[in-house]
Amino acid sequence: MPDIAPLTMPKLGLSMTEGQVAAWHKADGDKITAGEEIADIETPKITTALESPASGTLRRRLVGPGETVSVGALIGVLADPVTPDTEVEAFIEEWRARFAAEKAAEPEAAAPEQERVATPYGPIQVLEAGPAAAPPVVLIHGFGSDYQSFLLLQPLLASRLRTLAVDLPGHGGSTKELPGADPASLAKAVAAAMSARGIQAAHLVGHSLGAAVALALAEQEPARALALTLVSPAGLGPEINGEFIAGFLSARRPRALASVLAMLFADEQAPVGHEMVEAVLRAKRLDGAEAALSAIAAANFPEGRQAHSLRHVLADPARPVNVVWGRHDRIIPASHAAGLPPHVKVTIYEDAGHVAHMEKPDHLARLI
Amino acid sequence: MQLNRDDLLRAWREMRTIRAFEEHVHTEFAAGGIPGFVHLYAGEEASAVGVCMHLSDRDVIASTHRGHGHCIAKGCDVKAMMREIFGRAGGLCAGKGGSMHIADISRGMLGANGIVGGAPPLVCGAALTAKVRGTGGVAIAFCGDGGANQGTTAEGMNLASVWKLPAIFVIEDNGYAESTASAWSLAGDPVKRAEGYGMPGTRVDGRDFFAVHEAAGEAIERARKGEGPSLLHVKLERFFGHFEGDAMTYRAADEVARLRAERDCLASFRRRVTEAGLLDGAALDAIDREAAALIDEAVSEAKAAAFPRPAELLTDVYVSY
Amino acid sequence: MPKKSFRQAVNEALRQEMERDPSVVVMGEDIAGGMGAPGEDDAWGGPLGVTKGLLAQFGRGRVLDTPISESAFIGAAAGAAATGLRPVADLMFVDFMGVCFDQIFNQAAKFRYMFGGKAKTPMVIRTMYGAGFRAASQHSQCLYPVFTHIPGLKVAIPSSPYEAKGLMIQAIRDDDPVIFFEHKAMYDDEEEVPDEAYTIPFGEANFLREGEDVTIVAIGRMVKFAREAADQLAREKIDCTVLDPRTTSPLDIGSILESVRETGRLVVVDEANPRCNMATDISAQAAEQAFDALKAPIRMVSPPHVPVPFSPALEDEFIPSVEKIGAAVRSVMAAPARRAA
Repeated sequence: MPDIAPLTMPKLGLSMTEGQVAAWHKADGDKITAGEEIADIETPKITTALESPASGTLRRRLVGPGETVSVGALIGVLADPVTPDTEVEAFIEEWRARFAAEKAAEPEAAAPEQERVATPYGPIQVLEAGPAAAPPVVLIHGFGSDYQSFLLLQPLLASRLRTLAVDLPGHGGSTKELPGADPASLAKAVAAAMSARGIQAAHLVGHSLGAAVALALAEQEPARALALTLVSPAGLGPEINGEFIAGFLSARRPRALASVLAMLFADEQAPVGHEMVEAVLRAKRLDGAEAALSAIAAANFPEGRQAHSLRHVLADPARPVNVVWGRHDRIIPASHAAGLPPHVKVTIYEDAGHVAHMEKPDHLARLI
Repeated sequence: MQLNRDDLLRAWREMRTIRAFEEHVHTEFAAGGIPGFVHLYAGEEASAVGVCMHLSDRDVIASTHRGHGHCIAKGCDVKAMMREIFGRAGGLCAGKGGSMHIADISRGMLGANGIVGGAPPLVCGAALTAKVRGTGGVAIAFCGDGGANQGTTAEGMNLASVWKLPAIFVIEDNGYAESTASAWSLAGDPVKRAEGYGMPGTRVDGRDFFAVHEAAGEAIERARKGEGPSLLHVKLERFFGHFEGDAMTYRAADEVARLRAERDCLASFRRRVTEAGLLDGAALDAIDREAAALIDEAVSEAKAAAFPRPAELLTDVYVSY
Repeated sequence: MPKKSFRQAVNEALRQEMERDPSVVVMGEDIAGGMGAPGEDDAWGGPLGVTKGLLAQFGRGRVLDTPISESAFIGAAAGAAATGLRPVADLMFVDFMGVCFDQIFNQAAKFRYMFGGKAKTPMVIRTMYGAGFRAASQHSQCLYPVFTHIPGLKVAIPSSPYEAKGLMIQAIRDDDPVIFFEHKAMYDDEEEVPDEAYTIPFGEANFLREGEDVTIVAIGRMVKFAREAADQLAREKIDCTVLDPRTTSPLDIGSILESVRETGRLVVVDEANPRCNMATDISAQAAEQAFDALKAPIRMVSPPHVPVPFSPALEDEFIPSVEKIGAAVRSVMAAPARRAA
C-alpha cells in the first residue's frame, strides 16, 4: 500500500451530494485491515458502514461524529505508524487544496433521473445509468420495494455497465394494474420495459421476489437472461417470513413500518433511515398500490409460504449464475442456497441479512 | 295537471292526516309527553299538499321549523315521525333530530330546519344536483314570512336565478314571524322581490288548495323544463301559536276562532268538492276516520316505544372518524 | 420525481378527482373568473390561481363561478352534497366564515346526526388562512379551532405540497364535510409530489423527525418553522421530535401522547390566536392524560390575543417565529426536572 491513504465520504446513491459521519468505530492509532468497518455513514436515505479501502494505522479522524461533509471530502487518513506527523499533515493539506480546486472546476454532473416507459402492461418506471454502449444489467427489486433498493449497488455498477433498474408493476412509479401477480406475469412487464429501452438480453440481477421474477423471465425467454445474480432469492424453497409480509402490508405509521423494515438487515438495531420509511409509506399511499401489493403477497407468499418453485430454471449449465445470501437473512433462510447445481456460484455473507445488495454493495458489485 | 277522483281523495287524506297529526301533538304536548320545542302546521295544509302533490322521490324539499306538514306531504312515514317527536328509538331520525329537524332524505325531504331561512341555500344545492345529473328533478324551499327576510333567502334567490336552477321558493306567509306581524316586518311585496331577482312571482290564497296546486304546477313545470326558478307567496293561517305553549297574547282575542270558522283550507276544500259533486261526504268522512285512527295508533305506538340506548349518543356523527 | 408547488399540488388533486368521479364539482367566487365579462375565460382560476385550467377541461357545468354570496353557495354545496354530488366549494378567505357559518355548522355539520345517520354530506370547503400577507385583520386569521370545535366537521391543515395533494384527495373522497385550510403564504412552496393520485388518511399524525428531548407539535405553516427550529436546536444537542397532526379533527392525540411519554417535554406551536386554540386543546389533553410523564411545564407558542395587524413591523411581531419556537424549547429544557411525587 502507499504510505498514506485517504478515507473519503463515499457516494451512497446516484443523487447523494453529502453525508454525515454518524459514528467512528476506530480511534486514532488503531490498526486497520482493509475491509474492516471503521465508521457509520448516514444520509437521510440510509445508514451504512464504511469499510476501510486499505490497511494501515488510523492516524487522523478529520470529521467528528454528527458532522456533514460533501461526497469525496477527506474524513480521515490511514498511514504507516512510522510515517512522520508532518508528512501526514502535508498530505491532508495537499488533498484538501486539490479537492477544493476540483470541486470549483467541475460542477457536479446531473444525476440520472427515473422515467416512465410505456409498455403493453402500462407505464413502467425505470432508472437508467451508465454508458449506453456497455453490457447491460437489469436490476429487479424485491416485494414492496422499488428501484431505490439499488441505491448503493447501481452507481457501483454504472461506472462500467449499462444499468437499468426497473420498478415492478404495483410498485414505485409503475402501473398499479397488475398483468398478473405471479413471477411469470411480472416478468412479462420487465421484458417489455427492457424492449422499450432497446435491451434484448442482459445480466439479470434480482433480489428476493425480483429474483423469482428474473428466474421466471429466464424460463420464458431464455435468450434474454445472459447471466443471473440472485440476492436472497424467492423461488428456491418453501419458507418465507410471513410476519414480515403481513407487517409490511399493514403498517401505516412510520414507527411500525421501521420495525418491520429492520427485519431486512442482519443487525437488528439497524437504523432504518427516516426517508427510507417515508418513501415506502408514500409508495403504499398511491392509488391501487395496497391492493396490488396484497394481490402479489397472496399469489406468491400465501400464509407465510412460498407458492412458486423455480429451482429447475437453474439447471442450464451454460448460463452463469451467482446466488448470494446473508447468513442472517430473517426473511428467506440462507439454507435455500443448499443443493443447487454445481455451476451455480453460491456466496454467503456471514454478516449480512436479507439485503446483501444494501449491506455488501461493494462485494456484490465485484461479483457481477 | 288535472285532478281526478283519486288525486282529490289523496289530497284530502294528506291534509286530514296533517291536521289530525298536529291536533294530537298539540294535546300530547300539553299533557307533557313531548319534549322540546314544537311548531304546528295546522291551518296551512293546503300549501304543503298543493305543492308536494306534483313531486316524486327524485324531487327534494327543504322545510322550516314548522315542518310536520311538509314531511307528511312528501311521503314520510307518519308513525316514525311521531316516534321521532316523542324522542323514541325507531324515530324517523333515531330520536336525534326531533320535531325541528325531522327529515327523510330517501323521500327527498331534506329536513325541517331550526334556523329560520336555513332552507333556500340548501335547495340551491339540491337543484344543482338535479341539474348536473340531469334527473329532471326540482327542489323546493319552504320558508315563512320570517325566513323571507333572511339574507340567505335573498342570496338563494339570486344564486338560483344566476345559475338558472330548477328551484322554487315557497313563502308561506301565515301573518306572523314568531310574535311579529308580517304586515309590519315584510317590507314591500315578496312577489316584487321575485321580479327583482328575475324570476316569476305569484301570490296565492293558501286557503284554496286548488289555487296552490295550480300555481305550484306551473312553477314546477317551468323548472323541469330548465327555465329557472320561481317564487310563490302563499297567504295562509296559523291555527296554533308560534310554538306550543305560546299564549298568543299578540293576536286579537277572537282571531283564531274567526280564522278557523272562515279561513280553514280543509273546510274550503270539502265544500268545493262536495258542491261540485266531485266527491261525496261519506267518502270524505271515511278518510277522516282512517286518518284519526292512524294518528291515534301512531301516538300510542310512540308512547310505548323505547327510548334510544345511551350508546346511541355517540353514533351517527360521522360516516367514519 | 417532479417538484410541484402547493398551488399545483391542490390543482392536480382537484383535476384528478374530477377526472375520476363525475360527481365532483368545484364552485366559488372567481373559481374560473371573468364570468359574464368581456375579457378572457378562466381569467383568474381562483383568487390565487389554484383552480386555473379546470374550466377548460371540465366546462361550466362542473366549474361553477358564483356571485359574492357565501351563504348561498356554501349552503348550496351542503345541499348538493346531501343529494348526491361531491362539491368542493372555495370559501376564499376563512375570515368570510362570518357571513355563511350557519350553512356550515348548523346545516352541513349536523345533517348526519340530526337525521339519525341517514344522511351523508361529502363536501369540501377550501379556504385560505394565516398571516404574513400584510392583509390585516379581516383576511389573515387562523380560524381552524372554531371548526375543530364543531362535531360533524373534519378539519385538514396540510403543511406542505405533498401533504396538500394527499389530504385533498382524501378530503374529496371522504363522506363527511371537510374544511381544508390552505396557508396563503405557502402556495409557492415546492417539493416532490407524485404524479399519481394518493391519499393521506385523516387522524394520523406525521412524525417529521424523532428526538429524545422535546416533542414539538405544530400546525400548518408552523410545521415548517418547527422543523427549522429543530434543525437549529440539534446543533445545540437538543434533539426534538416534530409532529404534524395533519388534521385537527380527527386529532391523533394518541401519537402526541406517545411522543410526550417518550420525551417528557411538550411545546405546541399554533398560529391561531391563543385563547381556545389548538395549542390549548393539545396541551390540556397532554396535561390530563400524560401528566406523570411531564418533566417540565408545557409551553405554547402562539400569537398574542390581538387581531392580525397591518403594518409589516407589527405583523412580523405577531407571527410565531423560528426564534420563538427555539426559545420555548430551550426554556423547557432548562426547567428544573420535576420531582416524582
